[in-house]
Amino acid sequence: MKKLFGRPAGLTDTLMRYCPGCGHGIVHRIIGELLVELDIRERAVGIAPVGCSVFADEYFNCDMIQPPHGRGPAVSTGIKRARPDCIVFSYQGDGDLAAIGTAEIIHAAARNECITVVFINNAIFGMTGGQMAPTTLPGMKSTTSVKGRDIKKQGYPIKVCEMLASLDGPYYLERCSVHTPKNIIKTKKALKTAFTNQVQEHGFSLVEIVSMCPTGWGVTPVESKNYIEEAMVPYFPLGIFRDRSKEEV
Amino acid sequence: MAEKKLMYGNHAMVEGVLAAGCRFFAGYPITPQNEIPEFMSIRMNEEGGVFVQTESEIAAINMLFGASAAGKRAMTSSSSPGISLMQEGISYIAGANLPVLVVNVIRGGPGLGNIAPAQSDYYQATRGGGHGDYFTITLAPHSAQDLYEFPKLAFELGEKYRNPALILADGLLGQMMEPVEFSMTPVDPGSLGEREWALSGCKGRERRVVRSYDLKPGRLEEMNIERTEKYKTIKEKEQRYNAQYCSKADCIIVAYGTAARVSDAAVRMARQKGMNVGLLRPITLWPFPADILADLAKTTENFLVVEMNCGQMIDDVKLATDCRAKIAFHGRPGGGVPTPPEILEKIEQVLGGSK
Repeated sequence: MKKLFGRPAGLTDTLMRYCPGCGHGIVHRIIGELLVELDIRERAVGIAPVGCSVFADEYFNCDMIQPPHGRGPAVSTGIKRARPDCIVFSYQGDGDLAAIGTAEIIHAAARNECITVVFINNAIFGMTGGQMAPTTLPGMKSTTSVKGRDIKKQGYPIKVCEMLASLDGPYYLERCSVHTPKNIIKTKKALKTAFTNQVQEHGFSLVEIVSMCPTGWGVTPVESKNYIEEAMVPYFPLGIFRDRSKEEV
Repeated sequence: MAEKKLMYGNHAMVEGVLAAGCRFFAGYPITPQNEIPEFMSIRMNEEGGVFVQTESEIAAINMLFGASAAGKRAMTSSSSPGISLMQEGISYIAGANLPVLVVNVIRGGPGLGNIAPAQSDYYQATRGGGHGDYFTITLAPHSAQDLYEFPKLAFELGEKYRNPALILADGLLGQMMEPVEFSMTPVDPGSLGEREWALSGCKGRERRVVRSYDLKPGRLEEMNIERTEKYKTIKEKEQRYNAQYCSKADCIIVAYGTAARVSDAAVRMARQKGMNVGLLRPITLWPFPADILADLAKTTENFLVVEMNCGQMIDDVKLATDCRAKIAFHGRPGGGVPTPPEILEKIEQVLGGSK
């Protein structure tokens, strides 16, 4: 019998610990497929962040390293500069990338470091139990903003793609989401571009992926998809913010 | 005879790092070690190595984490406040059992402190420095020649035991000019071979994972116990020191780095006056040369610990001698440097006037 669907060779044969409805599993699968489709699995070194996806070091079927919270872009820089032939990707959440690791991501982008960054924006600290993230929407409830994020006291969310697009450095910046099949297909296309840019030695590529966290948000998986459509996407517009391949033609 | 050059200590260290086959440097400017990244940026370019001026010391140590995980010799240099910022990264690197070289050209502290030479980071260097149960191999140079030779030793020890290594210098050693003999045959980086832990892509082998944690129940405890066994071996085999006139001395000065240089002059003055004084200079601060001190305490009653701080290494001298000896202290904190007459006066006090 012909096998039509299975686990891609870019993922290990390990049961993922993510919650029902979480977006990490979808993005992991896309990366697992791309490692094979682009024939880069045996050249790849992945960086697992601190947060729910710390377990990525068990899930991606390639060399992996687990650095301190937020320091993925610096560790990636060390690996890439030491071994330019490796395909280095840093997988990070919003606490990791947009809070504690803000300096590292900005400077890796400014240096146009030849790495691929996968940034999961689910507007919440998942692993620590649903605290406010730098990307938590105004009015959105979390365990440290129980009445909703008060912009007078807690400020505004950080729009990472827009912020990095103010720099001359980065080669490619795109924001996608994984809340519908159509958007998942678009996300795969964006990640394929981001990895291909590194294979072709163009420089820094980041794909921000707006993603569901039903557990952290206190809603059902279906409600979490609706929340992305109705609240997240209007605040974090999807699209390409930088593509230097277009500028250089 | 090998070529000899008059050099700044900080420049000698750069040549020593390159002679050790290291081709990866990441760092952030801070006085009094700026000659290292400045000269390194030129020399790494000439040697085809990597030089990254980072956005912070935090980024620098994490770039080392990446480069070492990728199997390459990697180093950074900084001074006290910058080394504090690196502690999280050093803890992760120790937890992942990787070698890196961190150079601390110590300045006066705490806080911003000043840019004068000091030894006030002894506790931080010899007690691990960051969170968790770990130690860092710590070497104490006392001359520009040591600054040239110690990087290679630090890499070799770090790789032998898969552990971060520190070189603890100070602003005076770094900025002093001395003749340096280019005594080492430079290591060809290509000759170092592939490390068994290196992340390089999993072609033709099982995938590798570099990490400091393991969530399997009980596994982290086992990992810490294994590391403690490693530390026991290092303590048994790697204590290094230099001893002068220590056999049956009436008083032995214990000092390292710049404090040892000044003490050396004081010892010579005291001996000219007929006092039977020796000098024990630890070369490894961790592992501390406890065994020789325990031996010396059997025949010597008085020890004088000289440090450029308020008294940190003195604790290790007391532990090593099991508090059997009389231990006096002379310290100059906050960027103060002792003078030979100051130390001589202290020796005379200890010996109850000139003997």
